[in-house]
Amino acid sequence: MAAHWFLYASPASFYPIAGRMAPWFAAAAAALALVGLWIGLVVAPTDAQQGDAYRIIFIHVPAAWMSMFIYLVMAFWSALALGYNTRLSAMMAQALAPTGALMTFIALWTGAFWGRPTWGTYWAWDARMTSELILLFLYLGVIALRNGIDDPRRADKACSVLTLVGAVNVPIIYFSVKWWNTLHQGSTISMTAAPKMAAIMVTALGLMTLATWGYAIAVALIRVRAIIVERERGASWLSHLPEVRRLVV
Amino acid sequence: MPAVAWALARDLKISLRSKAELGIQLLFYVIVVTLFPLATTPERSLLAAIGPGVLWVAALLASLLSLSRLFAADHADGTLEQMALSPWPLPALVSGKIAAHWLTTGLPIVLLAPLLSAQYALERDAMWILTAALLIGTPILSLLGGIGAALTLGLRGGGTLLALLVLPLYVPILIFGAGSVDAVRAGLSAGPHLSLLGAGLLVALVGAPFAAAAAVRVALD
Repeated sequence: MAAHWFLYASPASFYPIAGRMAPWFAAAAAALALVGLWIGLVVAPTDAQQGDAYRIIFIHVPAAWMSMFIYLVMAFWSALALGYNTRLSAMMAQALAPTGALMTFIALWTGAFWGRPTWGTYWAWDARMTSELILLFLYLGVIALRNGIDDPRRADKACSVLTLVGAVNVPIIYFSVKWWNTLHQGSTISMTAAPKMAAIMVTALGLMTLATWGYAIAVALIRVRAIIVERERGASWLSHLPEVRRLVV
Repeated sequence: MPAVAWALARDLKISLRSKAELGIQLLFYVIVVTLFPLATTPERSLLAAIGPGVLWVAALLASLLSLSRLFAADHADGTLEQMALSPWPLPALVSGKIAAHWLTTGLPIVLLAPLLSAQYALERDAMWILTAALLIGTPILSLLGGIGAALTLGLRGGGTLLALLVLPLYVPILIFGAGSVDAVRAGLSAGPHLSLLGAGLLVALVGAPFAAAAAVRVALD
């Protein structure tokens, strides 16, 4: 059983599988997003309190969930990379970082546009927003560290250590920011106390969440293939690939 | 333990040989703290409100400023490599170095805090809580910073990168540290904040030397 899993830890065997899987996830993401957006933007009724502005959540909430989840996945691959010293694990962590940063940015950006009509401000020092912003800094820190190190193997390990230290810190940051805000003033708007959503809205949200998953997986797989090609350019298996042959000849 | 003591004594001796450098770091701290009233207002009530935060942010920056040198000299002349090869455990040696960093940069900041909080019109009990919070919190800055310093060892633009890596990790310390003084000023107990800082210090004491030692080994590969 163990041998079966480690087979795919080799870039040479993972590269073609990733190539075969990526289009499926991309197609699923596109289809789910189309249906999800159609339900969310057209079918779902206008919210009684927030008007049409609430429709931003169909992008905002999946992006926010994904931004946090990707960090966990990155930490998982980083732990594997340090523990087993597998190159592919570190490459996966590397491939996920830009998508995680993008999701964090989308969550913050759409949140600001939702906040303007609903709360009357683009930005408040709300606990969730602040911890999301710090999460963005953590992502950018990992990416910057990666770019600062020339040797890819050293970059793998350094980024893994940093990601794991960050992962330990993420809950601490979240709770510290939460307590910091509640100590100053009672939260004026609470997301958790929002009225229960209509079923049709939950459907749209679920579809969009799945679409975001599909997108993140597809993009990570495509990016990991690019990283493999870049890093393994000296390897002989790579030069036998049909797409590489076409380029060389 | 002898490894910690040896590294601590060695780094202290080296730091104390260049007293001017230590003085510059403290001066930086004092100047940053002095700039804020000039940039905002000399009004006492507002100063007392922003004072704890300003002192904490200045402490973060002052600690950051000296972090890039924590391992740099030893890395450049190969001492760090010898330390990694020695029979003594590397996390212990790293702990000693971090302890020396705190004694030379964190402790002076703590000792200066009562004086500077007088500039910010802080009440006496707020002043003592601020000093106590700095006393518990600045070692965490050195411990977390040690990881960042080891990760950015010998990199291009290491100093700026170090700030980018370490400052987000400092956020909880900043919040609890400055929050303890706010709690006292609001008539509440600073106990929870200080307890959380203490818990953070214990976790950092146990975990950070290992992470920093792992990062040093990565840098030496």
